[in-house]
Amino acid sequence: MATTTETTETTGHEEGGAFPPLDSSTFPSQLFWLVIFFAALYLLMSRLVLPRLAAIIAARKGQIDGDLARAQALKDETEAALKAYEKSLSDARANANAIALDTRNKVTAEIDGEQAKLDGELAAKIKAAEEKLAKAKAKAMESVNDIAADSASDIVSQLTGAKVLKTAAAKAVASVKN
Amino acid sequence: MVNDPIHQFRIHNIFGPWNIFGYDIAFTNSNLFMGIIVLVITAFLLLSASKKSLVPGRLQSVGEMWYGMVHNMVDNVLGEEGAAFFPLVFSLFSFVLVANMLGMFPYFFTVTSHVIVTASLALFVVGLVVVVGLWKHGLGWFKLFVPSGVPIVILPFISLIEVISFLSRPISLGLRLFGNMLAGHIVLKVFAGFVVSLVALGLGGIIGSLAPLFMAVALTALEFLVAFLQAFVFAILTCVYLNDALHTHH
Repeated sequence: MATTTETTETTGHEEGGAFPPLDSSTFPSQLFWLVIFFAALYLLMSRLVLPRLAAIIAARKGQIDGDLARAQALKDETEAALKAYEKSLSDARANANAIALDTRNKVTAEIDGEQAKLDGELAAKIKAAEEKLAKAKAKAMESVNDIAADSASDIVSQLTGAKVLKTAAAKAVASVKN
Repeated sequence: MVNDPIHQFRIHNIFGPWNIFGYDIAFTNSNLFMGIIVLVITAFLLLSASKKSLVPGRLQSVGEMWYGMVHNMVDNVLGEEGAAFFPLVFSLFSFVLVANMLGMFPYFFTVTSHVIVTASLALFVVGLVVVVGLWKHGLGWFKLFVPSGVPIVILPFISLIEVISFLSRPISLGLRLFGNMLAGHIVLKVFAGFVVSLVALGLGGIIGSLAPLFMAVALTALEFLVAFLQAFVFAILTCVYLNDALHTHH
């Protein structure tokens, strides 16, 4: 191989004598085609390939962002519904308490009224009975005077044989009594 | 000639020679592979993007990873303004990557093992940096070579170093790729050649050939890594250099 490198130089690339990567006779064609192919690659990438890949990635990103936003919206909605439910629950509870309190007050008032009425009736009955009793007592006391006067005139007539006037006897009884 | 490790880099005409202005622009095997590279990249990516499924399949995942990796790189290094350069960086990365990967196939030609190709790409990138820098910032762009906060005494010296470092960029960018591909392929071929030579010696040679065989297999794996890594390095350095054109920090 060392011998061939010495021989020819200018005939072309194939037998080129120099170390191939440094053989300047191939440079023009390498450079020429590199420019063409690299320009083609650049155009293909920037016009065709990269926009497609970018579109795929952007579409996925959009989808994910949209899904996340929708999930957040649904979560907010759920929280609002839960709050509304809790509010109506507490409202209902307060309402029930109010009704219970109202009913209790009403019943208590009714009971108190009945009690007072009953007390009044009883008091009136007691009073009437007491009056009746007092009247009877007074009547009895009057009869006692008469009986005492009769008894006294009887006793006097028995003892003395003298007649005693009824009025005098009553007078005497009254004076003794007092 | 089969064992010649240099043979794989040889260029021969397929069509031609054609002369334009005294230059031979024959269509060679190297140029054929440039065309294959463009075809492979375009066909693969179009195929991967053909289904447009919401949940990507395997092929679509690879296409999207390919796209996403370069997109992230451009976005991280260049920011918002870098979006205009994304197709270019993507093309550069893809071209170098597929050229390196195709070169791993036996009997295939490695386009990036020729210094004219890698140097052209590197010079194109650095030339673009200069053009974009001047277009965006005018002559103020040259402040790039005059760092702030440096004592006036050593400023000329620092500026000289900055200029030299800037001028060495295309050399390092192009030669790194070229050297890696060239050396890797030569080493692979040398070890594979050892195996063939040793086997020809008989039984002892067959046993002895196991060592270079193992080396050749291990080096093939390493070369695949290098093939990807060099494409990645080329792309990210392109971004870093373009960053100098877009954002001058003084």
